[in-house]
Amino acid sequence: MLYSILAGFVVAIALIFTGKIFKSKWSVALTLLPLSLFVYFLSYIPTIQSGATVFQSISWIPSFGVNLSFQLDGLSLLFSLMITGIGTLVFAYTSAYLKKHVYLDRFYAYLSLFMAAMLGLVLSDNLISLFVFWELTSISSFYLIGFNNTSEASRKSALTALGITGIGGLFLLAGALLLGYITNSYSIVEMLQHKELLQQHEFYLVAVVFIFGAAFTKSAQFPFHFWLPGAMKAPTPVSTYLHSATMVKAGVYLLLRFSPTLGSTELWNTTLIIVGAATMLYSAFHLIFRTDLKGILAYSTIAALGILVFLIGLGTQAAITAALVFIVVHALYKASLFLITGIIDHETGTRDITQLAGLRKVLMPVAVAGFIAALISGGVPPSIGFVGKDLIYEATLHMPNNAVLLTAIAIVTNILLFYAGFVVGVKPFMGKLPTTFENLHMPSSLMWVPPLLMVTAGLVFGMFPNLIETAFVANAVSSLVIDNEAFHLKLWHGFNTVLGLSALTLGLGVIVYVVLKPKHKLENFIEKLEVASPKSILFFLTNGFEDFSKSWTNFFQNGYLRHYIATIVGFLVIALAFIIFSNFDLKLDFSSFSELTAYEIAIVLMMIGAVVFTVFTNSRLAAVASMGVVGFAFCLLFLFYSAPDLAMTQFSVDTLTVILFVLVLYKLPKYLHLSKNVLRLEHGILSLTFGGLISILVLKVLQEDQNSEITNFYAENSYLLAKGKNVVNVILVDFRGVDTLVEISVLIVAALGVFGLLKLRLKTRDKK
Amino acid sequence: MKTIILRTASDFLLPVLLLFSLFILLRGHYLPGGGFIGGLVAAIAFVLDAFANGLKNAKSLLKIHPGFLMPVGLSLAFLSAISPLFFDLPIMTGLWASEPIPVIGNLGSALIFDTGVYLVVIGAALTIIFTISETA
Amino acid sequence: MEILLAIVTGILYAAGIYMMLRRSLVKLILGIILLGNGVNLLIFLLGRITKGKPPIIPEEAKVFEELYADPVPQALILTAIVISFGLQAFAIILVKRAYKVLGTDDLDQLNTTDEDS
Repeated sequence: MLYSILAGFVVAIALIFTGKIFKSKWSVALTLLPLSLFVYFLSYIPTIQSGATVFQSISWIPSFGVNLSFQLDGLSLLFSLMITGIGTLVFAYTSAYLKKHVYLDRFYAYLSLFMAAMLGLVLSDNLISLFVFWELTSISSFYLIGFNNTSEASRKSALTALGITGIGGLFLLAGALLLGYITNSYSIVEMLQHKELLQQHEFYLVAVVFIFGAAFTKSAQFPFHFWLPGAMKAPTPVSTYLHSATMVKAGVYLLLRFSPTLGSTELWNTTLIIVGAATMLYSAFHLIFRTDLKGILAYSTIAALGILVFLIGLGTQAAITAALVFIVVHALYKASLFLITGIIDHETGTRDITQLAGLRKVLMPVAVAGFIAALISGGVPPSIGFVGKDLIYEATLHMPNNAVLLTAIAIVTNILLFYAGFVVGVKPFMGKLPTTFENLHMPSSLMWVPPLLMVTAGLVFGMFPNLIETAFVANAVSSLVIDNEAFHLKLWHGFNTVLGLSALTLGLGVIVYVVLKPKHKLENFIEKLEVASPKSILFFLTNGFEDFSKSWTNFFQNGYLRHYIATIVGFLVIALAFIIFSNFDLKLDFSSFSELTAYEIAIVLMMIGAVVFTVFTNSRLAAVASMGVVGFAFCLLFLFYSAPDLAMTQFSVDTLTVILFVLVLYKLPKYLHLSKNVLRLEHGILSLTFGGLISILVLKVLQEDQNSEITNFYAENSYLLAKGKNVVNVILVDFRGVDTLVEISVLIVAALGVFGLLKLRLKTRDKK
Repeated sequence: MKTIILRTASDFLLPVLLLFSLFILLRGHYLPGGGFIGGLVAAIAFVLDAFANGLKNAKSLLKIHPGFLMPVGLSLAFLSAISPLFFDLPIMTGLWASEPIPVIGNLGSALIFDTGVYLVVIGAALTIIFTISETA
Repeated sequence: MEILLAIVTGILYAAGIYMMLRRSLVKLILGIILLGNGVNLLIFLLGRITKGKPPIIPEEAKVFEELYADPVPQALILTAIVISFGLQAFAIILVKRAYKVLGTDDLDQLNTTDEDS
């Protein structure tokens, strides 16, 4: 299993080096990757059908309980097959759609990366690795959405999508850590065994909110839905693969995965039903106003995701079954519709529905695929769509509360989805062919065969529903519903309420399709309402935040060194003053201090004099000389206070420093009188306050007891362990020898820096 | 600055100072001194010579570019630091010769380490000063 | 005596900061050196000062028998002094180089990044 995930990563990396080969006619060979993975996962069907789950675990960070553990159960298998199956078709389609694109190799690398991440996501049993893969899908989709990186709109959409799904990823991490904290394990399987503990824990609410945050952003639920229509800026294969069939379903997958563990509570069910219903209705009504084929598909995708969340919220076995079937149904028809849109766009150069008509005359096989896709999407028998829709009504009708309301919401959404399917799949092919499109010709078979294959599958599954049932759905249901009753998918249930509702949906759908005509006027009207949409509010907030941080940064990071120093010192003054004076006790015990001698007073006075002179003199030479005096005064101090090593070092270094200064002094600029007197005064007060506080601090510290544990250790063991009697030297070369080693390395770096700065020639750019 | 007095003095001072620096290095483990101080004193000796007899003279006395002393010293220190590994001891454990050597006293890895420090300090200080006086 | 040295530390800090707040590059370096000296003195003081008792074990003894000066801050300061030599040398050359390339030593003229120029 691990290798199946790694395969995509390996291919993505390999494409960096071998991209040139796969850029041209060999690109279609890359289809072998998803195809072989698809076959690999197909081979697991018998194992999973027998009720087993495949488990594989590799230690990664065992001390944190983070392992690369993978689990293949019914649900994972369903998703894996979708990812690789649709992946195969999309890979093949891309090789024709982006033929001879200059970055085709790059595109395939992103696509493989995405596929690998998605597989990792649905196969992970460990929540932390699930999070990593989750974020990888966001990142790879960022590259894919922004693939046309010369277009600003494209870059902006990519950033929005990354922002929203990335934040969702952080929610997932927070939720994962919380769940891990509660159950003491990151394994999803093990969490299931702690269901009681989880649901009664005080953090249950928070954990569920985090998981919801992750799922709703990824699966584009209201009010986080707006990144999805924006993501349609991506090349069509990306929209097909990521934004209809796989990535957006990751949120749904997460909810499904956790519904046995966290579900069946008031909070879980009610929230999901409300959010799902709001998303369904909001986007279903929105799609009426769209004229861009991809725009319509984007909103219908959001509506479909809403249905899925809504069904998970219902939570009954019937609802979960309906959700799983609907996932397959939606993937089949939505991917086909996107691919068909791609063909239309590719051939005619437009996606504006008001300009497209009569294309059946030139693109017959595509028209057939579009028609069948519309049938599936509209839930017309005998397609699998019909089975899916029936299951949804079945689920809503049998809810104990509000059955009528829930069913009504589902019906309204389905009518509008019917409309969307027909507008995209049928409308462009009907009517009279405009003269401009008369000499169009069929695209490469790599482009029109994939959608045709998918819709054929949709028809076959519809006529033989037990195919899809035994192969995927039953296993997935049994991995989610603990005590499931036997059920069977059927195309024909006999005459009952559900059939009546289906007929009603179809009838109203046809009426809506006939009556409503997509118009630009309507679209312009809805654009005006965008001002109050979640997207605009978020953009307003982010722009405001950006402006604020810009002015904040400009205030502090203004490029003047003096301001930085003044700010830092000013802050330190306030902090120090607060601490020192908040528990002020300046009773100094002078008795512990050593006595004053005339020598010492003389040295100190000399030092103070030299320092003051250094600060106020106008001559650089005088300043350097007085700096030397400060250094030699230090030397004497060290001698007095039992530090002969220091005295010697200080003496030598001081000598060298003065020589250094003298050597370069006349090459250095003369002093400038730049600051105004007021500023000098301000700075003087600031520095004196700081210096004064430091003095007080020193005196305070000297009153405290000294912890001399370390000192005693070194002193006592200096001879016994290191055979040295000069403790300072023993510390340097023995006890703390590694520090010294690093220190001399620093010295070498400084010397090399000086050498480099002086000896290496100026670049031409610097000479300007 | 090429006065006769300074020149004559430095001719005598250079060997004396160098000897003194070695002395300081070797006695560092028992009395004030050590690699840092010894290295600085040796550097000063060469700088003094450069002042008195010119940079060229100082350089020719040194034979090699002072920059080369830095990697030599660093490797010496590093080798002495890791040498205990060959005796299955942790890094930086002091290794000592069993018999004391006349004049130097006990010979141990700490002294080799200190010699490395000594060379690096000479190398770095002289590289800095020589480079500056050449180009400044 | 400690009280005098504490005041000297304060003066070194104040002088260092004041010099660093000036606009001249040379003063900036002098300020850094003064501040470094102040820090050395601070560390030295915090180890308590002892007169005439260097941390060197007497010849005939194997451990200290009487009071001795704290060797730890001394070791710290020793390395600090040597490092600061390297730092000062580098800073001086940097100033010289900046002066040569940019033709100014007014720090306020150095506040543009590559992007702006």
